Amino acid sequence: MKPRQRPKRLNLALHAALLPLAITALLAYVGSVIWSIRISFSSSKLLPRNDWVGLAQFERLFETDRWIVSLQHLGILAVVYVIGVLVLGTLMAVFIDQQVRGESWFRTIFLYPYAMSFVVTGLVWQWLFNPNLGLQNAFRQMGWESFSFDWTVHPETVIYAVGLAMVWQGSGTTMAILLAALRGVDEEQWKAARLDGVSKPRYYFSLVLPQLGPAYATAFMLLAVALVRTFDVVAVMTGGGPGDASEVPAKFIIDHLFGRNNIGLASAASVVMLITVFTVLTPLLYWRSKVQSRKQAGH
Amino acid sequence: MKFHSKTLLALVVAGFGAAAVHAQNAEVIHWWTSGGEAAAVKEFAAAYNKAGGKWVDNPIAGGGGAQARTVTINRTMGGDAPTAAQFNYGKQYEEAINEGLLSNLDDVAAKGNWDKLLPEKIKASIKIKGHYYAVPVNLHNENWVWFNKAVLAKAGVAKDPTTLDEMFAAMDKVKASGVQPLAFGGQGWQEGITFRSVLLATGGKDLYMKTFKDKDASGPQFRKAVESFKKLKDYVDAGSPGRDWNLATAMVIEGKAGFQFMGDWAKGEFVSANKTAGKEFGCFMAGGPKMPYAIGGDVFVFPKNDKPGAAAAQKKLAELMISPAMQVAFNNKKGSIPIRTDVDLSGVDICAAAGVQAIKENRLLESDNELISPDAKGAFEDAVSKFWNSSQSVDDAVKAMASALKR
Repeated sequence: MKPRQRPKRLNLALHAALLPLAITALLAYVGSVIWSIRISFSSSKLLPRNDWVGLAQFERLFETDRWIVSLQHLGILAVVYVIGVLVLGTLMAVFIDQQVRGESWFRTIFLYPYAMSFVVTGLVWQWLFNPNLGLQNAFRQMGWESFSFDWTVHPETVIYAVGLAMVWQGSGTTMAILLAALRGVDEEQWKAARLDGVSKPRYYFSLVLPQLGPAYATAFMLLAVALVRTFDVVAVMTGGGPGDASEVPAKFIIDHLFGRNNIGLASAASVVMLITVFTVLTPLLYWRSKVQSRKQAGH
Repeated sequence: MKFHSKTLLALVVAGFGAAAVHAQNAEVIHWWTSGGEAAAVKEFAAAYNKAGGKWVDNPIAGGGGAQARTVTINRTMGGDAPTAAQFNYGKQYEEAINEGLLSNLDDVAAKGNWDKLLPEKIKASIKIKGHYYAVPVNLHNENWVWFNKAVLAKAGVAKDPTTLDEMFAAMDKVKASGVQPLAFGGQGWQEGITFRSVLLATGGKDLYMKTFKDKDASGPQFRKAVESFKKLKDYVDAGSPGRDWNLATAMVIEGKAGFQFMGDWAKGEFVSANKTAGKEFGCFMAGGPKMPYAIGGDVFVFPKNDKPGAAAAQKKLAELMISPAMQVAFNNKKGSIPIRTDVDLSGVDICAAAGVQAIKENRLLESDNELISPDAKGAFEDAVSKFWNSSQSVDDAVKAMASALKR
């Protein structure tokens, strides 16, 4: 942030060391992004074509039901997954912060789902939700005839089943991030607050959580990126079905890129996703860097 | 530096095939990875090795072949083309031909007299602008119905059904007997197959061509097909969404369900469970006994390749794959039928015999794969799947399907 404070030579060495990474990033990432943008304005099908068709791919994209539905699902998941994980992660972090006995056990258990890939997560929840094999069948065989747990076979509920699986998988990491931040909060504040007769929930709500802004920003950013990338859990758990009831944008892109030989449309879709991510994350990144530099200035 | 990299290159080349000049290395990309498929492709490999070549197998699973085809195209464009690569009949390789990426097989075709040998419709899909670009190796058809004879007998169905109407009647009886009438896999492509089968049953060749060639979904016939398709939903179970096709086939094999709509690859599942066609299980063509037989199946294309010996290897491979003995050996393992009728067909079962009969009577039909682009096919199946899985009205569904066809 403040290169003038550091000796010049170190700086040079540092930059030299980072150069290969920077070049890779520029070529591989920025290069691919520019290439995708270029392709999205062409009529490319199976092979890239070097022509210009203006916004035709984007027009078709937004005339395609499946794309619109995918975006709506992304909206639902944004609420279910991001808010679900943030709330659950906060609760778990605060719980562990109470100096409970067996803290490391709880931490491991809470973090454990994160050790599973989304593919495994998708499979596990697919089986749990399967009406013939999963929980529903198990409970019914035990005599609870009216028990129903089959969200994945109903178009109205399937997207929430996907959200649930994602929350299960993702809450642990958010807990870890928030717990680390909680540990940085000065204990003295609680002592002072208790003297003033402040209850514990109110202490956390009014005093502690507002101090965790940057940690929340980090967690939110990771979740937002994971959300946009959502593909594997859907592909494994529901295949986007029944019908298009759990389609997501990333799956739309992959399907059109490979199965349907339409790189033009797939690129247009990924450009739309890129713009979405930028519009959401850029203000957040800006805000976080402001908060951090203010903090540094204060020290 | 230069010397070193050259030596390295030589070593690598030598390592890959010691006698690159003499034995003709043939690297073949395909997606035949299941048990029966792998056994079938081994027939090719063994024969090629026996003929003095060296078969380098490169199976790439995933995405119904999409993965393998992507690798083929990428490698060919990147200058590292395989010797041969699998595709399906239809439009998948059309663009590669237009871009000049594939070798022309005219001399092999002239030598083998393909003009006379191959049925007209098959020729149409591999001979583009007067030149041959692919070797057809088999013929599959997706519009079959499979059923468990014991389940039908128990339900009191006296005669094996041979048309969709008879099937509906039989399904009612099966349902009354307490068994699931229809084993269904609720995935987009399976819903698509089922819809096309119903389409053929409703309006035969005319409706099929009107829909996929003229891209015209108007008219009462198409509408009727859409309605009967949805009627099938009364016969499926709650667990069908997302079910894989082979699990649905297993339901029929085990007697947990009566019927299944699926291509003739399902027969492989019955056979590997030691069931015999006509004895434990039965089959009929969804479009009835005289159904136009939509062409499906596999071809091999030969990407242009400037490695030494590659052109000769490609020629050799192409000749081998279509030779009579090879056709019988390969297709017996694969469950498909040979693309030539001048071979020994005594060993085929009753279901395959019906297919062979279709070729002999020249009832072949260009399939939707040849008539519309993969893009349009995908959009169409999206619309079919949406209709199947939601309460969308028939009018809206027909409208959505019509606009998908025009993609």
